[in-house]
Amino acid sequence: MTVIPTIRVQSTDFDLQSEIDTLTMGRRDIGAVVTFSGLCRDECGALSALELEHYPGMAEAEMRRIAEMAIERFSLLGLTALHRYGKIMPGENIVLVVAAAPHRQAAFDGASFMMDFLKTSAPFWKKEHAADGTARDWVAAKDADDTARDKWR
Amino acid sequence: MSTKLVYFAWVRERIGKPEEEIVIPDNVVTVRDLLNHLKSLGEEYENALQYPEVIRVAIDQEHVEHSEKIAGAREIGIFPPMTGG
Repeated sequence: MTVIPTIRVQSTDFDLQSEIDTLTMGRRDIGAVVTFSGLCRDECGALSALELEHYPGMAEAEMRRIAEMAIERFSLLGLTALHRYGKIMPGENIVLVVAAAPHRQAAFDGASFMMDFLKTSAPFWKKEHAADGTARDWVAAKDADDTARDKWR
Repeated sequence: MSTKLVYFAWVRERIGKPEEEIVIPDNVVTVRDLLNHLKSLGEEYENALQYPEVIRVAIDQEHVEHSEKIAGAREIGIFPPMTGG
């Protein structure tokens, strides 16, 4: 049976519980669900918001390519990946991954793999808005994110 | 034949437009050639593409290496390293 990932790129918020319910409803074979959600943090009061830019079309396509690799590699029974764009305030959700598998390790690994590749390959960019109104710049890519991705090779 | 170029994040801001159609000269074969060609088009391009080795490129919405040939591309995306998630 082919597992089709659920991929969405949206400006609106999402609800963790309803995404989990959608993935597991009516299923008797899922023994583990791992969810990861990434939130906007205020960097100790320095940030008032993040602006998320994306490449429409390619963002969804790239997330789908990564999700299909994760499903194949970890034999997942379900995978949902959502990413928001636009202006996001501290405390709000940015990204969600829900991975379902028969056992926990595959679900943990599937969610982790999805996030590590999403951060380095899915075309999204963060721009910071400073709390004091001064101009801030685009977030720089981190070597640590490449290292996290490369451990799966 | 013209090709659609789309720019994102600080590449878009520095070039000063989100997209454009350009006619790519015959001697521009690879992604690397294209980045060098764009750099010659003016100060804003030079500023955006000053360090071409850090620039990421997608052809028809799939990531490619700088050695990739661009022949047949309908849309070429040019952008900085990604910082989503």
